[in-house]
Amino acid sequence: MIIYGVYIVSKSGGLIFNLDNNVPRIEHEKTFTYPLDLVLDYDSKKVSVSFNRKDGINVGHVLVAVNGMPVNGVTLDDGRDVRTTLDAPENYPINLKFSRPKMTTNEKIFLASMFYPLFAIASQLSPEPKSSGIEILEADTFTLHCFQTLTGIKFIIISETGLNGIDLLLRKVYELYSDYVLKNPFYSLEMPIRCELFDNKLQELLAQVEKTGISNIDK
Amino acid sequence: MTIFNLYIFDKFGTLLHYAEWNRTKKSGITREEEAKLTYGMLFSIKSFVSKISPHDPKEGFLYYKTNRYALHYLETPSGLKFVLNTDTTAINVKELLQQLYAKVWVEFVVRDPLWTPGTVVTSELFQSKLDEFVRQSPIFGIRNI
Repeated sequence: MIIYGVYIVSKSGGLIFNLDNNVPRIEHEKTFTYPLDLVLDYDSKKVSVSFNRKDGINVGHVLVAVNGMPVNGVTLDDGRDVRTTLDAPENYPINLKFSRPKMTTNEKIFLASMFYPLFAIASQLSPEPKSSGIEILEADTFTLHCFQTLTGIKFIIISETGLNGIDLLLRKVYELYSDYVLKNPFYSLEMPIRCELFDNKLQELLAQVEKTGISNIDK
Repeated sequence: MTIFNLYIFDKFGTLLHYAEWNRTKKSGITREEEAKLTYGMLFSIKSFVSKISPHDPKEGFLYYKTNRYALHYLETPSGLKFVLNTDTTAINVKELLQQLYAKVWVEFVVRDPLWTPGTVVTSELFQSKLDEFVRQSPIFGIRNI
């Protein structure tokens, strides 16, 4: 079983904790001939694919290496500009390596605060009275489980699809939060969680769950 | 198991059709506003899912569940969106939505010469066939409270 990440969102909707666990590296390398059959978008910070897909390279993937040489933003390691290199026919055949962009901290904060209104609207649009917000959200590549405590803190776990008992794991994370965050005298509520003991215990828990399954967590 | 309501949107977010069966709670806003809110929420969920997904998504968002209902989502390659609210125990809803698209939507709306794409579906034949289709599905079942 794979757990991709744990997020904790405070009651006002801000991301206060995030742990990436087991994030897969998606990289694809391919040798291209002139002219390049991918349409690239030259941003000020990165070069990404904007059209066409090929051998696992998809729209949105970012160029990370040219002929094995790492790309920093829009320039190669030796100072050459990526665009002029790719535009020159004499540089072909050329080997390009693309990767699915990793989420930056800013994007994570953005996504966590985006989940908050979705949760609220889902409960407002309910066809039945007294509905909670989103508890499980499933897509083809992952499942998101959300547990909201009585005090409004949301615990979110992103895992692979088809797992049982994630709600048990969420409660266990809540227990760790109560034990190692709330009882930490240096922690103030609603602030980002920086507690070493909590980090360690959570990582231990996830490692145990990945090895032996959720049913074996000690109560 | 039961089915509460169905929204059909086109790719621009126009509500093409709305139907409800065992809905017990109104959201307290007009039909148009509710449709806009639903579409807006789904639009955000789609973008949320594509960003947070650890792999490249193919179909993307499938459904979400709360403690009272489940919202199932099917988007066709042409951007048509079917949104079906059921209770949380319903299974195989994706197949039901695909059937609904192939057997009801395509047959009675797409093949209706009086329907212009992008406009609200007013065909009574479609409405009665849809009603029949939903009521006969195993998910519709008997309502247990």
